[in-house]
This record gives sequence, C-alpha cells and structure tokens, in this order.
Amino acid sequence: MKCKTGDWVRIRSVILAPHERAASIPDETRAVPLEMRVKGWLVTQEAAIGDKVEIRSTLGRGYHGTLEAHNPPYGHDFAAAIPELLRAGEELREMLAEADGEIA
Amino acid sequence: MKSVDYESVMARRNETMLSALGLDYAPFLQHPVTFDYEALMAQVAYSLDAVREIQACAGVGDTALIELRQINRLVRKLAPKGRGARIFVKDEAANPSGSYKARRAALSLHHAKASGFKGAVAATSGNYGAAVASQAAMRGLDCIVVQEVFDSLGIGQPEIVEKGRACEVYGAEVLQLSVGPELFYQFLRVLEETGYFNASLYTPYAIAGVEPLGVEIVEQMKAATGAAPDAVICTHAGGGNLTGTARGLIKAGASACKVIAASVDLAGLHMASDTDFNRKHFTTGHTGFGIPFAGWPDRTDVPRNAARALRYMDRYLLVKQGEVFYVTEALARLEGLERGPAGNIALAAAIALAQEMNADQTIVVQETEYAGAGKQPSAQLSFARDRGIDIRRGDPEDEVPGTSVVIPDHPSRLKLRDVDLPRVRKSLIRKAKGMMPEGSALNQEDIDFLAAETRSVPQFVRDCLKAMSDR
Repeated sequence: MKCKTGDWVRIRSVILAPHERAASIPDETRAVPLEMRVKGWLVTQEAAIGDKVEIRSTLGRGYHGTLEAHNPPYGHDFAAAIPELLRAGEELREMLAEADGEIA
Repeated sequence: MKSVDYESVMARRNETMLSALGLDYAPFLQHPVTFDYEALMAQVAYSLDAVREIQACAGVGDTALIELRQINRLVRKLAPKGRGARIFVKDEAANPSGSYKARRAALSLHHAKASGFKGAVAATSGNYGAAVASQAAMRGLDCIVVQEVFDSLGIGQPEIVEKGRACEVYGAEVLQLSVGPELFYQFLRVLEETGYFNASLYTPYAIAGVEPLGVEIVEQMKAATGAAPDAVICTHAGGGNLTGTARGLIKAGASACKVIAASVDLAGLHMASDTDFNRKHFTTGHTGFGIPFAGWPDRTDVPRNAARALRYMDRYLLVKQGEVFYVTEALARLEGLERGPAGNIALAAAIALAQEMNADQTIVVQETEYAGAGKQPSAQLSFARDRGIDIRRGDPEDEVPGTSVVIPDHPSRLKLRDVDLPRVRKSLIRKAKGMMPEGSALNQEDIDFLAAETRSVPQFVRDCLKAMSDR
C-alpha cells in the first residue's frame, strides 16, 4: 500500500540492538532488539510499507523509522464473554436469592 | 553535541532527572541511606486544602463512596456468626481520566505549569499515562508518554493497548516500546531532547496529590457510619497509592485505621521477560512491582522516592488472578458496577478479610478504575485463552501464573494470603546496610530512620543488623 505526505501512519525503529542491551535482563529479552513504535503524519512524499520514512508526531516532533502501517486500528476490543464467569455470576445471584430469608 | 549511546545517557541520568523535576533533592542525598522523609514531602508548597482546591479546579477528586450492599450480604452469608465487616468502595473511576491516578497527575502538572515547563514526560504503561495526558491537555501543556506495550512479535495484551489508546486520545505523543527496563534510557533521551517536566509517579507532588483521597474516605465514612473505617485496602504496585492514602488518613485523624496492601500474585513470571510479557493478565497491582517496591522504594526515576509504602503498611495480602476476575463479575452482577481490574484486586482481598472482621466493623476499598475495551475479563481472558492459558473453575490456590487462571467455584474460595512482612522489612534493612560505604556503619539516627522505613522499632532493626553481621 502506498502512503503519501500527510497520511497518519505508524513507524518502527530499533532503539537498542541486542548487543547494546542491558546485561541484567533475561536471555530471551536480550536476544531481541528494543524497538519503538510511534505514530505521526508522514513527511516523506510517497512511501510503501517497509520503506525508511520520516514522520511528525502530534506534537510536531520528527522521527525516522520503517513505515509499518497506514492509520492502524487499535485492534483491542471486548472479545467474547467468558462462560465460566457468566456461570459464576448466575451462581452468586442464586446464593443471594437463597439468603433472602436467612439474613435480615 | 551530547553523545546519546546507552552508557552516555545513563551516566547523565541524575543531572537529567534533577533538571526535569524543579525540586532540589540535594539535601536528601547527603547520606547513602538516611534522609528526612517529612522534609522531602514538605517540598510540596501547598497545604492539604490548597491541594484539594487545585484538584477540584481540574475536576479531580470528591468521588462517591458506595456501600457494596449486595456483596456485604454475601459476605455475611459466608462469614461465621458475628463476623462480616461492611465493605465500601471509593469510586475513583469518576476522575477525569478514569482512575485515581488523576490525583497524582493533577498536582504534578499544576507544579510543572507553575514552574514554567512547556510539557511533561511520563514513563508508564498504566493509567498514569492517561492521567498525565488528560491533566496536560486541560493546562495546554505538551505530553509525551513512554510506554512498554509490545513483545518482540509486536503483540500487546489488550489492557496495555487500551491504556496506550487512552493516552493518544488526550493528545499525547506515545512512544510504544517492546519489553525491557531500558525503557528508562528512552525516557531520559526524551527528557534531554525536550527539557520537559519529569512527571514521575514518585515525586512528593505525586504522593501529596493522593492524600485528599485518604481525607475524603474519613469524611465520607463519618457521614455514612459515624466513624472512620477500621481498615482501608489499597491495590499496591509502586507504593504511591498506599503511601498517599495512608498519609491522608493520618492527616484526617484516622491513625487507628489499618492500612492494608493487596497485590495480584504473579510469582514465577519475570517482569523483564519478552516471553512472559503477554502471559500476565494484569498490567499493574501485581507482585512484580509490589514486592520489590515495598522492599526497596528507591528504584525509580527520581533520586528519592516519595512513595514509601512499607512505612504505612499494616498488612500485605495476595490475591490470585482468577479471584480478581471473579470479583469483577460479582461487582457487575451484584452491584451494577462495571469497573476495571485495579480496584478489584483490593476488593477481592476485602471480601476475604471482611469475613474475619466483626460485623460492626468497616472496610474501604479505596479505588475503582474505568472499564473500557481491553480492560474487561472478557478481553483479558479471551486473549489468554488464545495463547494457551488454561482457564477453569476450581480452587484458585491451584493457579499457576502464566499457565492457568482458576476462577473460584465458590465465593468461600477467596482466601487471605499474607505476605511475610518481617521478611520484607529485613530485606530493606539488608539493602540499606549494603548501601553503606566500606568501613562505615549505621548509627543511631540511621537505625531510627530504618525503623520508620519498615514500620518497626529500633530494636528490630538492631536485631536484623546483628543477625546479618553474625552470619
């Protein structure tokens, strides 16, 4: 997908390569780079996903990185109900209904 | 031009932090261990009433106190005769950014603006980022949030993604990082580049901002029941929530009120592990922060942490992930309150605690937080299930963090699990001893300081030190 100047995009960059990372962290973390993602308005004239680009953040600060997505959705949602919890809720209601006569 | 490699930036950390705080920490750094904590807190140049006024102008505080009548009936049904304290909850979700963190941000950002800063930077993956962004927005200040969001595959668990979205909604520039404590390096770089205020969670401002919460609890409980509460339960992570609330309770004259911490038990999961990152179903209020911060507060982005929870903690309870999800369901079903996970950690502990307290006693759960996409048990547990976590009903005691979530099969499964506080106290004293330069010992003043730090007595500190040197 082609993005053009002024599009709201997300870029990705490497902050620390694996060999630059702190010594105290777990091996699985030190095996991968520390990466950063930031969103902003594309400055570069025309770019495709994967191109090196420049953006301006909402505060006007400039960032360089690899173009990763055009106006990416947040993606998180409410997902599906959890049947185990639905049943728990019903049980609790029943317990209180039973308790009605027992507790003033 | 300054070098921006990792070592160079980290070597400048103290000067960077200090110039970004507008506070003079020098008097508090003269000794490796001991400093005047009350004098540090007195750096906040506002009275309690002035703090309340500043917060009121920002729409913060004065939240409702709600008695959980249905849950209290359930507690009475479960408890032995004569037991079953009444539980109340402070509905902090009503703050502008949806959590009590607005209290901490409000005073900090007021101070930042008054000190002439043009913007603020916060390193947080939690509700605090949204709070700083919200308070910055209403003051016309810039806000940058540096947030740990993704694992190395670019995947973030739903609650963290939601917290990042909330920061963006309030106009913050959000730097989203993969897993690792070197987030602090990026945070320092941003401070250096911008000269913005370090909106740390751990300044005296961020703690003094919570004190009105403790005061409101006493005022509202006196109005509702005629007396201050017997216990207040705080969800505990970095310690600011508990510290500020406890200080407020004391300022309101409720010194006898027990202050109890509660965290979710995530034992076995490493906070800096790329692979454990998305196997945690809670982003805060868990033992990964709670235990280390209780045992040693000075591990933050300020030279001296104003959040010193062990000074105020009467008891520290652990709850299981499955218990908190269960209680979240109960709060919605029985009380008609859909709220986010943070306060429900304390609520899970409160339901167990209420059963060992007398029926004429009261407990306040001192926060709720907003619920939105990503924050519900439905989002968290669906994400977990997709990643192979075993979710089942049963005894939460069988839960293994990162492998299973066990939702109680009966409310009587909610249990009290005490953290061994003497052990945490000893750990702090050992660490303090280790801070002393070779050949110098802790004197009486230091011992008194450590007794206050650990809510113990000088003899306890001396005994610990003796046991350490005998070993």
